[in-house]
Amino acid sequence: MDSVQAMSMRVELTDAQLVARCRAGDNEAWRELVDRFSRYVYAIAVQAFRLPEPDAEDVFQEVFARAYEHLHKLRDDEAIRPWLAQLTRRLCIDRLRAGSAEHLEDELDVVDAEDTIEKLDESLAVHEALAALTGNCQEILDRFFARDESYRTIGNALDLPSGTVASRISRCLTKLRSEMEGRNLGAPAS
Amino acid sequence: MAAYNEEKLGEILGALPPAPEAWVRAAQDLPLKRQGLDEIVERADADEEYRRRVIENPVAALEEAEVVAHADAVEILRRRLDK
Repeated sequence: MDSVQAMSMRVELTDAQLVARCRAGDNEAWRELVDRFSRYVYAIAVQAFRLPEPDAEDVFQEVFARAYEHLHKLRDDEAIRPWLAQLTRRLCIDRLRAGSAEHLEDELDVVDAEDTIEKLDESLAVHEALAALTGNCQEILDRFFARDESYRTIGNALDLPSGTVASRISRCLTKLRSEMEGRNLGAPAS
Repeated sequence: MAAYNEEKLGEILGALPPAPEAWVRAAQDLPLKRQGLDEIVERADADEEYRRRVIENPVAALEEAEVVAHADAVEILRRRLDK
């Protein structure tokens, strides 16, 4: 599936619909489910629990292996995100407990981890809103903000002058903001 | 409702960088891996000589079934053949 098809499926299917399709044995839906939540699981492991990459990779694969294995046990299909978050949390903590003394110190920062997961939940909601924009907007915002690519790199990849990249980012952010407001996803009071 | 401004939105988007592609691909291929393992176990149940070869060299059996022979796949295969 190319990225545009993946984006289209992402917009079309709710989490619950996607889970139902996975449970029915639809491999393409499984690919989309992994795609939809891969950043989230990865970020919990490396940002919230600060696992080194090899440990994070093991946790990442284990989360999806268990999810695939136990998807039928999920009581509410719409609850796939918190279910994956909980699974990831548990496996990260297990990994920290099995690890070195250096990691055990990190284990004490569970409150920090929860704060980070809250922020990741918010980011996931914004990424979901992003999926409702055109493919061009999705790509340019993702490249700039999430992949940390420079104007020049994006310009080369999309065959655009750097100035155009900057103005498109700005326009797409405005569209994203409208999309968020349309979904009643205003920023939490701070 | 307090609205997001563009700067904040950019910052929030940046909190979820992509996972390494190889990790994502491996997780996406789980159903194929499962299918390959099922086929090996099914054949081993029907063919004692094949079962013996798989037990002796699970990596070769996995590669023959086009399943990447990661340690977890070898472990799952051993467990299933022990049942």
